Amino acid sequence: MRPSLHYDVVVLGAGVAGLTAAAKVAEGGARVCVLAKGVGSTHLAPGTLDVLGYTPERVEVPADALPAFVAGRPDHPYALLGVDAISPALDWFAGRIERGPHPGYRYVGNLKRNLLLPTAVGAARPSALVPETMAGGDLRAERPVCVVGLRPLRDFHASLCAANIARLGVEARAVELRLDMDRSEVNALGLARGFDDPVFRRDFVSRLAPQLDGDERVGMPAVLGLRDPHGAWADLEDRLGRPVFEIPTLPPSVPGIRVFDALHAALRAAGGRLVMGSRVAEGEREGTRVTALRSETAGRETYFGARAVVLATGGFASGALALGSDWVVRETVLDLPVRGVPAPGSPRFGAHYFGEQPMARVGVAVDATLRAEGAENVFVAGAALPGAEPWREGSGEGISLTSGHRAAELVLASDGLAAAA
Amino acid sequence: MTEVLHELLRGSLDHCVKCTICETACPVSNVTPLFPGPKYAGPQAERYRVGDEPSVEWSVDYCSGCGICTQVCPQGVKIAEINAQARRKLKQQNGVPLRDRLIARPTVIGRLGTPTARLANASLRSRPLRIAVERVIGIHRDAALPGFARRSFRSWARRHSSPATGRRVVYFHNCGTQYYEPDVGKKTVAVLEHNGYQVEIPKQDCCGLPLQSNGLFDDARKYVLKAARVLAPYARDGALVVGNATSCTLMLKREAREILGLEDDPDLKLVSERTYDVCELLLELHDRGELKTDFHPVDEVVAYHAPCQQQGHGIGKPALELLALVPGLEVRELDAHCCGIAGTYGIKREKYDIAMAAGADLFDQIHASQAGLVACDSETCRWQIEHATQKTSVHPLELLHRAYRLPEPTG
Repeated sequence: MRPSLHYDVVVLGAGVAGLTAAAKVAEGGARVCVLAKGVGSTHLAPGTLDVLGYTPERVEVPADALPAFVAGRPDHPYALLGVDAISPALDWFAGRIERGPHPGYRYVGNLKRNLLLPTAVGAARPSALVPETMAGGDLRAERPVCVVGLRPLRDFHASLCAANIARLGVEARAVELRLDMDRSEVNALGLARGFDDPVFRRDFVSRLAPQLDGDERVGMPAVLGLRDPHGAWADLEDRLGRPVFEIPTLPPSVPGIRVFDALHAALRAAGGRLVMGSRVAEGEREGTRVTALRSETAGRETYFGARAVVLATGGFASGALALGSDWVVRETVLDLPVRGVPAPGSPRFGAHYFGEQPMARVGVAVDATLRAEGAENVFVAGAALPGAEPWREGSGEGISLTSGHRAAELVLASDGLAAAA
Repeated sequence: MTEVLHELLRGSLDHCVKCTICETACPVSNVTPLFPGPKYAGPQAERYRVGDEPSVEWSVDYCSGCGICTQVCPQGVKIAEINAQARRKLKQQNGVPLRDRLIARPTVIGRLGTPTARLANASLRSRPLRIAVERVIGIHRDAALPGFARRSFRSWARRHSSPATGRRVVYFHNCGTQYYEPDVGKKTVAVLEHNGYQVEIPKQDCCGLPLQSNGLFDDARKYVLKAARVLAPYARDGALVVGNATSCTLMLKREAREILGLEDDPDLKLVSERTYDVCELLLELHDRGELKTDFHPVDEVVAYHAPCQQQGHGIGKPALELLALVPGLEVRELDAHCCGIAGTYGIKREKYDIAMAAGADLFDQIHASQAGLVACDSETCRWQIEHATQKTSVHPLELLHRAYRLPEPTG
C-alpha cells in the first residue's frame, strides 16, 4: 500500500500567493491542501500591499501608471495577469482581513492613490493598500511626526528614522522610551504581546504623553498587538488624543504575522488544510499532468494526489529556484522549465545591490493562463513568476496577491476541477 | 551517535539566515527570559559547542523539545534536533538529576503504580505528599499527573484475540495506554477491528522518547531498539505498525533515527517506514473509500488541538478530517501551537509555570470555543489540558468509537 491522500488542489508554499490561492480555491468548493516547507514571506514582509511604486519614477496613481508600465514590459507578471485583475484581488484580500481573527482590523487604500509610508529607516515607501494602523504615517500629509523608539527593541532607531523623514520635508523628531521588559533581548513579537495588554498600554501612555508636543502624530514600530491590533491602536490614539501609526520593523514582522493569521483563518474557514514542515521532493507525472506530489513526511514519503497544483514556492531566496555553478537555473520542486535566464555573455548581475539584477528576473515559464510550460495542470503564482524586479518596482506583494487570486480563478475553471467543485 | 549524521544535522545550521521565524513560533521563549529562543540556542550557539569541550551555553535546558521551530523553518534548519543534542551534551556534562531519570521511565513508574493503583492514586491526590515530592524529587506539586488504571492494558490484551481477517496491523499502544488509559487502547482496537483489521498486540515496552528528551540517549537507544526488535518481525510479515500516541509514533518514525543517530539499524528503519498514527491510517483508508462510515450522530461541540509532535509527522491533521465525517459533531479547530507540557517538561518544579504560560493561548482558545470536550491525540497534552481548563479531553479515536456505537470497553 502506498501512503497517499488525494485532494482536488495541492498548493505548494504558504506565502501570500500560496495562501491566497488556497483560500480562494477552497472558498470555491474544492478540497485543498497546502504543503509548505516552512512559514513563508509573510513573517518577514512589512504587511503592506505594494502594487507599483516606481516605474522607475515614483508612482502617485497606480491605476494611471499601470497600463503604460505593462505595455513596455510584455513579460512582466502584471502584463500576463492583466491590469484589471489587480483590483478584485485587493478587494478580496481586504475582505479576508476584515473577516479575519482580529476584530476591527482592516486595510485602507486602492489603486487611485499610493500612500507614502515611512520604513524603519525613514525612507518613503509607496503602497496601495495598507493596514489602517499604518495609514496615519502618510508622508504626503504635513503634520509633524514624533517617532517613538522602544529601547529594548534592537534594529529600530527612532532618531535615524526621524532624521530621514525630516529630509523628505516632513517635520520629525525622535523620542526614546526605555520599557521595563524582563529580558535583555526583546523582539517585535514580545512587544506585541505587551501591547495586547491594556495595563501595559496604560503605563506606556502615561510615560509617553508628557513628552509629546503640539499636534504631532506618533509613529511607532509596528508592534501594536497580535491578538487585537485594532483595539490596541485605537486605544493608544484615544488615550494620546492624536493620530498614532505603525512603522514596519525588521523581522519578525508583526503586521506580516497578522496577514498570515488572517489568510490561514480564511483557508480553514473554507475547509482547506495546511501542512507545515512538509518538504515536497518531486512530482509524479502522467503525460503533461502532475498527478501527485511526493512529500518527505516523517519516516517515509507520502503522496499527495491532486487534480491541479498551484506552485507558489517563491524564487531564489526561498530555494524554489537554484542557480548551479554551471549557470543552469533549476526549478527545484517539479523541475519545470524556467524563463528569463540571461544569455551567455550578457550581464547576469549588476554591481548595485538595489539596481538591475538580470538573474533575479528568472522564473518558471508559464503561458497566458499561468500554466507551467509542459505541465498543463500546474499553475504558477507569486515570486516564482518570471519578469519582475519587485525590489525596484515596489510590486512584490501586489504580484503575489494578484497572481495567487488569479491562479485560483483559473484553477476553479480548469477541466479537472469544474466538475469536482 | 554516528558522526556523519550529527554533522548533517549540524551542517543544516549554515542554512540559517536569521529570519527569526522560529522565534515567532517558539512557545517557550515567548513566555520566559530563561530560554532565549530556538535561533539563539540552536544555530547561533551551536557554533560555540566544539567537540568534547564543555558546553558554554546552558539555556538550552529550558527548550521543551516541542519541535515547532523545525516545522516552521523555511530554510530546512534542523533546529529542534540540534537543540536536543545540545541538551544531551549539557546533561552529560552537568549530570542528570534523579527526578529526570525517574520520570523518563514510564514503564518503571507504571509497574510500581498499577498494582497499587488505589493507594498510588490517593497519594497523588494528597497535598502534603505532593509538597514533599516536590521538595525531595522536584516534581511540581500542581503538575498534571494521571491516575493509574487498576488493570493495565496488557492484562486485557493478553486475553483478547482479534478475529483473523488477513489484514494485519501490529498495535504499539504506548505507556499512557498501558498504565493510565487502557480504555483508549481498547477503543482503538475496537475501531480498527470494526474496519476489518486483525490487531496483534505483542508485549512491549516504552519507545524511549522520555529518555531521549531528558538527555539519556544511551538508555533511549536501548528502549527504542527493543521496540524495533518486537515490531520488526510483524512489519517484515507485511503488517503495518499502528499507534495512538503521536509522540511515540513520531519517535519510531523519525526522531530515534535522526536524534539518536540510529539511521542504520535495519529493524528500526523498517518499523519507521511502516509506522502509522491511527488517524493517519484511517484517513488513508477513507481516501481509498474503504473506511466504514456507519457513523451515528454525536451531538457535541468539540475543540480539536493537534499536538506539536503530531504536527511533526508532516501529515496535516487527519483527526480533523475524520471527525468531520461524524454527523452532528461540531468540531472547532484550535490554532494555538502548544499546551506547554512537552512530555515530561511541564511537570518539573522549575518548568511548571513556564509550561502553563506556554499553553495559555491554547487554554484561552479552549474556553472561548465553548466546546464541551477537547479532542487531542497525545496523552500528556490531554492531561495538561484537563488540568489547566477543567474540561474533559479525549483522543479523537474515542469520538469515532462513540459514533460507531461500538460496545463500551470492559475490564
